[in-house]
Amino acid sequence: MDTTLIAQGLLSGVLFGGVYSLMAVGLTLIFGVMRIVNFAHGDMMVWGMYLAWLLATRLGLEPTVGFALAAAALFVLGVVVQRGLVDRVQDAPHEMQILLLLGVGLVLENVALVAFGPDPQRAPSGLSRITLWLGPVFIDMARLVAFTVALALTGGLWLFLRRTDLGRTMRATADNPYGALVVGTDVRRVYATAFGIGAACVGAAGALVSPILPFSPSAGLPASVASFNIVIIGGMGSLPGAFAGGLIVSVAESLGALFLAPSMKELVSFGLLIVILLLRPAGLFGRRA
Amino acid sequence: MSASRGPLLLGAATILTLLVLPAVLSSYAVTVFIFIFFYGYLGQAWNVLGGYAGQLSAGHAAFVGVGGYATTLLSMHWGLSPWIGMLVGGVLAAALGAVIGGLGFRFGLRGFYFVLLTVAFAEVCRIITLNTEAMGGALGLYITFTGNPWQLQFQDNRAYYYVALGLMLLATGVVALVERSRLGAYLVAIREDEDAAEALGVDTFRYKLCAIVLSAFLTGLGGAFYANYLFSLQPNAVFGIPLSVDIIIRPVIGGAGTLLGPLLGSLILSPLAEIARIYFSRPGWTGLHLVVYGVLLIGTVLFVPQGAYPHLRRAWTRRRSGTA
Amino acid sequence: MAFLEVSNIRKRFGGLQAVAGVSLEVAAGEIVGLIGPNGAGKTTLFHLISGFVAPDQGEVRFEGASTRGLKPHEICRRGLARTFQIVKPFQGLTVLENVRVGALARTATFGAATRKAREVLALVGLEDRADRTARGLTLADRKRLELARALATEPRLLLLDEVMAGLTPTETERIIEICRAINARGIAILLIEHVMRAVMSLSRRVVVLSQGQVLAAGSPDAIARDPQVVEAYLGEAYGDAGEGERAGA
Repeated sequence: MDTTLIAQGLLSGVLFGGVYSLMAVGLTLIFGVMRIVNFAHGDMMVWGMYLAWLLATRLGLEPTVGFALAAAALFVLGVVVQRGLVDRVQDAPHEMQILLLLGVGLVLENVALVAFGPDPQRAPSGLSRITLWLGPVFIDMARLVAFTVALALTGGLWLFLRRTDLGRTMRATADNPYGALVVGTDVRRVYATAFGIGAACVGAAGALVSPILPFSPSAGLPASVASFNIVIIGGMGSLPGAFAGGLIVSVAESLGALFLAPSMKELVSFGLLIVILLLRPAGLFGRRA
Repeated sequence: MSASRGPLLLGAATILTLLVLPAVLSSYAVTVFIFIFFYGYLGQAWNVLGGYAGQLSAGHAAFVGVGGYATTLLSMHWGLSPWIGMLVGGVLAAALGAVIGGLGFRFGLRGFYFVLLTVAFAEVCRIITLNTEAMGGALGLYITFTGNPWQLQFQDNRAYYYVALGLMLLATGVVALVERSRLGAYLVAIREDEDAAEALGVDTFRYKLCAIVLSAFLTGLGGAFYANYLFSLQPNAVFGIPLSVDIIIRPVIGGAGTLLGPLLGSLILSPLAEIARIYFSRPGWTGLHLVVYGVLLIGTVLFVPQGAYPHLRRAWTRRRSGTA
Repeated sequence: MAFLEVSNIRKRFGGLQAVAGVSLEVAAGEIVGLIGPNGAGKTTLFHLISGFVAPDQGEVRFEGASTRGLKPHEICRRGLARTFQIVKPFQGLTVLENVRVGALARTATFGAATRKAREVLALVGLEDRADRTARGLTLADRKRLELARALATEPRLLLLDEVMAGLTPTETERIIEICRAINARGIAILLIEHVMRAVMSLSRRVVVLSQGQVLAAGSPDAIARDPQVVEAYLGEAYGDAGEGERAGA
């Protein structure tokens, strides 16, 4: 096998992995703090994609800038969904939580379908036409930017959780919700913020991806499943795990595409998922659910 | 006891009505009923595992796909009548169920992890089928219309109506039997509290496995009907998550774990899809009925978590007895 | 050959040695009390005996046969039933349906199980609440339901985990009577309790557990007077000190 091809596969995989990581980081934050699995995650990503696309097509805003607005909008959506709906099933059986979020996902996906139609779109971006050559391999500028932004956002989130009061409160609540209540933490506010940030992350991921891959509303559910995949592999509730998981899965798929038919590469991640589910559902880095 | 005679008479009257209905309905209305019955059937099959045993599966489309493809391939290559191929499809689906359950339950997967396992298996089936030329690949399989009853195909829509009705009654009958048996009592116990059930002598692994195998078998039978009513099998449609969601949404809204829940749910939801198709047939509006599904699902979880049927029954008994 | 024989059983959870070499015996038809401070390892011992947790070392033999590797439902079928410290009723089912699940362990038909369930409900005094949903029961009723369910499996040995915790004196007296009635049928009982009056009046022998080990074992009187036990658990004026609600073991 041509080493150049492999190197290229690795490079593209790592760069695209940043986006995967961002998706996973959002999901794992929600799970880590609230113990809730966001089944509407991928559908929120789809809205991030469409918002970036709207900004690009109507206002000519580059997705690499527009992602911030998309993230902000998704943050608000996340807070609203959490306050209005998810909060009510915080203590309900897991099955109820899953079904509720499945319903939210259905609504998000199909409102997008009704609003934008089923045809695949792609956000126009000046960056995507630029390619950097590093010897025999090339770097897609759009992917590089996506990776850099994703890295920055994840790093920023990491610092936020470690250094700020709100971040520390969030981690404390994640570790011990009752304890947090006892010391007077506004737990509901923490939950709303966590869900909002999670939504913002995946919305940003969607915005960053929008010039790279064509998308349509039906991308929602597969994106959710892909996020679960990554988070399980990297570890539920672990930020570094989610980040690492995103890179691992992306590289595995990228290399897999070299040896297998394109649609078979998903088989690799699903196979990996099944194995990890059976052997170590808490993932490689994670804590038990 | 006259108390139990009432529902029985009502049930018999309903079945009788359904039997003669095609004589007075338009062909289009008959189609709507076919969908009500068929999705009610699939929902009822799911109900055994998801409702009674309480193990949420979001990958039931896998069983429809296995059943449909098995039946069709056997018919195409060996001329085996789908009526028999249906049973083979059911058995193969049951085998897949045994694998999923055997692995999942053996490794103690519950709740979210089990849901994800079912989705993963369905996706694996979809991807493999998508890439296997012998099974038609991405284009899928097209069933030629012969109108031959032996091929599970009929000229008259009404014949499909009776087959779908028969399937729905079959599934409901099976669930009714399960409900009144040791299997049913044990499944419900497992759903309510698995550890307590174990302590009372219930082999939780074995019974959960029973539930998934039975559920998968029945769903697999449905696959044969799917193939011979829609005349096409495409991996993304028949193994996809949207179909899985379509299967679970009716019993959940109607009342998971109850005998009539899936049927009520299908009665409410299936016509909605058809209405959306007629009145909003412009290309961009194809998702409208799904928005309504989503809203109903959210509403059910928040306000009527046990489903429409138990809620209605409680309201009915309260009204009759006059007290809460 | 002892009816129940626990031999030098050990169990560690991470950094905590929950049970550190416990040995005890229960004779057929006997009532043995298991007492000790919170965290002594009593409930863990129950998990080990009933098969919910596998021991690191040591063995449990019931009616001469080892229970090693058996799952809880198999142990139940051998005739060893248990209740849980925090009761686990089947919330959505009626009282009758709850007990019927237990009865199905022994009966061949659904109908026979229903009949048996009614008998057991009569024994514990819940027959007039047979069609009530378990979710709406009072604590005392839920405790009796938990007891009835386990009883329906026709055990020869019953493990009761703080079945009287949180009950009023009248309700406690009721449970004591039920226990005596159960024992009169030849069923042995091993009970974890903090309600001293109940333990001492019911038990023929008492085993005291502290920090995962057996501190003392003997007749109720001997235990009450044992200075080590008094210091570790009972307190000087133990009298009625054990009544009322206590947190879990």
